[in-house]
Amino acid sequence: MGLLSVAIWLPIVLGGLLLAVGRDENAGAVRWMALAAAVLSFLVTIPLVTGFDVAATGMQFVEILPWIERFNVRYHLGIDGLSVWFVLLTAFITIMVVIAAWEVVQERVALYMGAFLILSGLMVGVFSALDGLLFYIFFEATLIPMYIIIGVWGGPRRVYAAFKFFLYTLLGSLLMLVALLYLYLKAGGSFDIQAWHQLPLPMNAQALLFFAFFAAFSVKVPMWPVHTWLPDAHVEAPTGGSVVLAAIMLKLGAYGFLRFSMPIAPDAAREYAWLMIALSLIAVVYIGLVALVQQDMKKLVAYSSIAHMGFVTLGFFIFSDLGVGGAIVQMISHGFVSGAMFLCIGVLYDRVHSREISAYGGVVNTMPKFAAFAVFFAMANCGLPGTGGFVGEWMVILGAVKFDFWIAALAATTLVFGAAYTLWMVKRVYFGEVGNQHVGELTDLNDREFLMLGLLALAVLWMGVYPKPFTDVMQTSITELLRHVALSKLPA
Amino acid sequence: MTFLNWAALTPEIFLLLAALVIVLVDLFIDDEQRRYTHWMSQSALAITALLHYQQFDAGLTLYALGNLVVTDPMGRLLGVLATLALMASLAYAQPYIASRALHKGEFYVLALLSLLGIHVMLSANDFLVIYLGLEIMSLSLYALVALRRDDAMATEAAMKYFVLGALASGFLLYGLSMMYGATGTLEIPKVFEVINQGRVNSQVLVFGVVFIVAGLGFKLGVAPFHMWVPDVYQGAPTAVTLLIASAPKLAAFAITIRLLVEGLLKVAVDWQQMLLFMAVVSLVVGNLAAIAQTNLKRMLAYSAIAQLGFMLLALGSGVMGGDTASAGNAYSSAMFYMVTYVLTTLGTFGLVMLLSRDGFESEQIADLAGLGRRRPWMAGVMAIFMFSLAGVPPTMGFYAKLAVLQTLVTTGLTAYIVLAVVAVLLSLVAAFYYLRVVKVMFFDEPNQPLLEQPLGSVGVLLVANGAAVLVFGLLPGGLMALCRDAVVRALAT
Repeated sequence: MGLLSVAIWLPIVLGGLLLAVGRDENAGAVRWMALAAAVLSFLVTIPLVTGFDVAATGMQFVEILPWIERFNVRYHLGIDGLSVWFVLLTAFITIMVVIAAWEVVQERVALYMGAFLILSGLMVGVFSALDGLLFYIFFEATLIPMYIIIGVWGGPRRVYAAFKFFLYTLLGSLLMLVALLYLYLKAGGSFDIQAWHQLPLPMNAQALLFFAFFAAFSVKVPMWPVHTWLPDAHVEAPTGGSVVLAAIMLKLGAYGFLRFSMPIAPDAAREYAWLMIALSLIAVVYIGLVALVQQDMKKLVAYSSIAHMGFVTLGFFIFSDLGVGGAIVQMISHGFVSGAMFLCIGVLYDRVHSREISAYGGVVNTMPKFAAFAVFFAMANCGLPGTGGFVGEWMVILGAVKFDFWIAALAATTLVFGAAYTLWMVKRVYFGEVGNQHVGELTDLNDREFLMLGLLALAVLWMGVYPKPFTDVMQTSITELLRHVALSKLPA
Repeated sequence: MTFLNWAALTPEIFLLLAALVIVLVDLFIDDEQRRYTHWMSQSALAITALLHYQQFDAGLTLYALGNLVVTDPMGRLLGVLATLALMASLAYAQPYIASRALHKGEFYVLALLSLLGIHVMLSANDFLVIYLGLEIMSLSLYALVALRRDDAMATEAAMKYFVLGALASGFLLYGLSMMYGATGTLEIPKVFEVINQGRVNSQVLVFGVVFIVAGLGFKLGVAPFHMWVPDVYQGAPTAVTLLIASAPKLAAFAITIRLLVEGLLKVAVDWQQMLLFMAVVSLVVGNLAAIAQTNLKRMLAYSAIAQLGFMLLALGSGVMGGDTASAGNAYSSAMFYMVTYVLTTLGTFGLVMLLSRDGFESEQIADLAGLGRRRPWMAGVMAIFMFSLAGVPPTMGFYAKLAVLQTLVTTGLTAYIVLAVVAVLLSLVAAFYYLRVVKVMFFDEPNQPLLEQPLGSVGVLLVANGAAVLVFGLLPGGLMALCRDAVVRALAT
């Protein structure tokens, strides 16, 4: 059994075990077991980076087993520079989620922890699947635990949010399923993604495939105008759910563009790049403005996520080293930063039980340690140099300048809007006089919360100060991808 | 090989004798000891399944009783599965009927006889034998629905089932007589041959095909011949609903293959259109009507209509422009779909029975509220069934839908790809009402006191059933290959 299989199945099996034996009577043991499982699942992913051959092209840690002979489906796993960091990010964020839920989740603890562990394994599966059907199965299966998480531990409108999340995403994926079957037919009965990359396709087929994939991935990213499920899901989800949604699930969609849309339909991708760029810019500018007027902190961060993901898709579709590289760095840093922002909101919500910005004010007076973290992550969110948020945005803007100055200029407005909505929120929530009696009674971070935010802060700083390990690993794969996308796949 | 070749029919003969012995022995058993009847029936079924399996394993295609019946791998495989389905049904049903004064010997004997009818249909090689098997099964089921005879709803359901069932049988018989008029024979391979040689009056033939398809539509319970399904599913005692919803669907699939594919493949252009029409109407009617239901059994009835519609999509895409190359693929997809559906349905109705207690029918969707807290195992298993019916991976239902969609896309024709997209969009609608059940179980607060009743042996069966849906969802390859192999060999003869 290969390393990737272990990384996928260890959390799933341990999570399943937790579901089977865990009861609320032994919640304490369940929490420790979940933590042990999450840490163990993270540890097994470390050799994936340390053993990664930076110079090699193609896939590494490959595993191939025959699986469903009837469709010639293979259990085919492997990672390259595009996916390796996401495997680690997923496992890392799962530890944070387990820690974040420690005292907060008191009911059905085993179901909560089990769902997140299973979800973690499934998402690692999405990032490492090299068989189209295997990818689809992991991609779809992630809906089930997230649906349960939002629906059981969510806020007042959790049922609405859970259904909207599930059905929106399902609609997109089902159209992708038809596209996968079409590719299977065209490739002569193979679900091999790498074979699909080499498959010559006429323009109209490429266009249809591109839009079928677009349906699935744009909903997941989410891109404007199919983003409306995200604010609902984020607001209603429990803290852990919001963290995983923002930090990893959105990346599944963006990763799909890299693995499917661009290499399988390169001609269509170039043809419709204008559309993708336009939608990305709308997300950056318009959603940035929408974020400015939010009253609810979680909604604000949710809209900020959409704007940041607009940056990612923009980076992809300007087809340059800097653009794609910056977009991937942005994805990873946004994983840390948005996760941390939602955890910060969770810290406040656990104490005051409100997410309204107006319910706070002057938090820094009663929670100085927490406010330091919160301001740091807010700075990272608006892309302050020295934090992870800066590197990716900078690279994408540089790439965009080379592509077209005006696109870059529009994209760069995110630095203004991002700073505006984030800092304005920081000002209203953290600074100033103590707003009300609730804020006056706040207690500062306990050790558990300090550890959780501290680890994330280290990660964000590391990405900002020394991003080389991240960019080095992905360089070969990006060059390879861009070389491939530049070639036409139209039949001669 | 003799003309009669009784040896080829050992499972059927054994089952008939067992049913007769059980009805006699049961006369001398009083109500307290009725569980012996249950165990006798179960052992009879186990032996029948074993006999079927032996013949399936031998892999031979044998003709018997002067070509009236055939035993081929497809029939035997479906025979094993139908027998196992009945065994599970009886195991689920036993505690339910025992607590409702329905625990009569007749229940078991009628169930065994309905299975006999199913077996006759599975191995029919003659149109009249199909009809014979259909009537054995249907008459047993009519009587079973009416078993709770002082209940107005059950009686109404039985009447409706009987009248519409009789009408459908009439349609089928009328169609068969047309066919006989056109071809001069009732033997399935000969009909195929005669049509192949083109010596038929095609007007009469197609007229007959219309009636046959309409009759099959009634029996399958697909729109626009679905009116009886919701009332019967809801009105019949749940134990009987389970009997109607499980094994007979395998038989309905088998006779569709025998009649339309083995006999009338040459006129596939005509019946495929009808099947596809029924498929789309069923998907629309079943899925949309299911949304509005508050009764779980009625919702599952509309869901059954939609599920069978999905299966028909595969049956309707086997032959393209006279080319039968993809037939094996298409029909084995349909077969896998039916097997998946039956396995899932067994569990869902089994669970409905397990939830209901003495004098209280747990039939409303709202009765499931908070089940995730009251009975986490049961709720978990039910969630697996719901996700499987909705076709969400990693459950078996996903591969069933995938296989059907794949046959549609493989045709390469735009119209069929559009059909695939329509089916996919309607399964989005379906996802809504299946998810609602999960929502009620996990998101809603319990409206009944927390009851920690032990699940007992039926609970173990239920968990095993759920595990099977999940395990076949992770490793569907073997079962798919089995279905494909059986269908290909049935088509080869």
